[in-house]
Amino acid sequence: MHIFEGFLPSPWWQLWFAFSIPVILFGMYRLNRLVSERREIVPLLAVAGAFIFVLSSLKLPSVTGSSSHPTGTGMAAVLFGPAITSVLGLIVLIYQALFLSHGGISTLGANVASMGIVGPFVAYAFYKAASKVNMNFYLNIFLATAIADWVTYVVTSTQLALAFPAGGALTVSGFLSSFTAFAAVFATTQVPLAIMEGALTALIMKYVVQVKGDVLVNLQVLTSEAVNKLKGAVG
Amino acid sequence: MKLEYIVGAIAILFVAQFFYGLAANPGSEFGGADGAAEDVISGIDPSYEPWDPGFPKFEPPGGETESLLFALQAAIGAIVIGYFFGYYRGKNQSGQ
Repeated sequence: MHIFEGFLPSPWWQLWFAFSIPVILFGMYRLNRLVSERREIVPLLAVAGAFIFVLSSLKLPSVTGSSSHPTGTGMAAVLFGPAITSVLGLIVLIYQALFLSHGGISTLGANVASMGIVGPFVAYAFYKAASKVNMNFYLNIFLATAIADWVTYVVTSTQLALAFPAGGALTVSGFLSSFTAFAAVFATTQVPLAIMEGALTALIMKYVVQVKGDVLVNLQVLTSEAVNKLKGAVG
Repeated sequence: MKLEYIVGAIAILFVAQFFYGLAANPGSEFGGADGAAEDVISGIDPSYEPWDPGFPKFEPPGGETESLLFALQAAIGAIVIGYFFGYYRGKNQSGQ
């Protein structure tokens, strides 16, 4: 989902910065408040950030003959919400833009929007909605994360299709034609990766429940009855 | 252990889809989808040149250094995850 340096012309890179900056600022505010009110969540925050670090460094081969990488943002999104996740995503994207020439500074706004904001927001919204109807916790995490991973790449395809509509002028048919071309590259490649990422995130969340279930109750991710049930289950 | 088995099965399916992809795309080097998107852009607008925003940046001189930096990224993340899970686990056990 990394749009490379210089690959978004004006006014698109500015527009995506305008979209991302308010969310980042709100996320920093939320992060500050969370850390000062609940010192005990700091290690979990570090783990969620580290999970993004690990997963987004893995370039996995897909059935399409291309490689792509998972985003790792689903865990942070479910635990801390999309605003705080956008800050964690920003850190990883800056590292990759500065040292790996993966992504870029001019495209940072757009890349944060896809990987740090829209994907995590979808994961968060899905998790909350599915919790209400009592979906199995691990199935919920799996689906929320896999969908968020996939949506991230759909957003990237949208961003590129808006900036590069077929025929040059931004028309509906030009956009759709370009979107199809970009989605063929990104969205298809991503399907097996999204499934793998969802499974890994469900597994790490299982260990979080086991070792630190009380924090999940504090963060209102799960009720204490749900944590006890998950801990008690021979699962 | 049930979830571990399911995740293991999904991992095996993932390896299977890779081998299927390998057979279905002979000669493919499994390059990055990000790079493939660049080709789509030049197909749509052949005259587009990426512009340089002028930020100083470091470009890895080759695949070796790049893989080093990616490995460092993964290793740092893995250390943090392992450290805190171990810390919590030890704390839980000593508290019991």
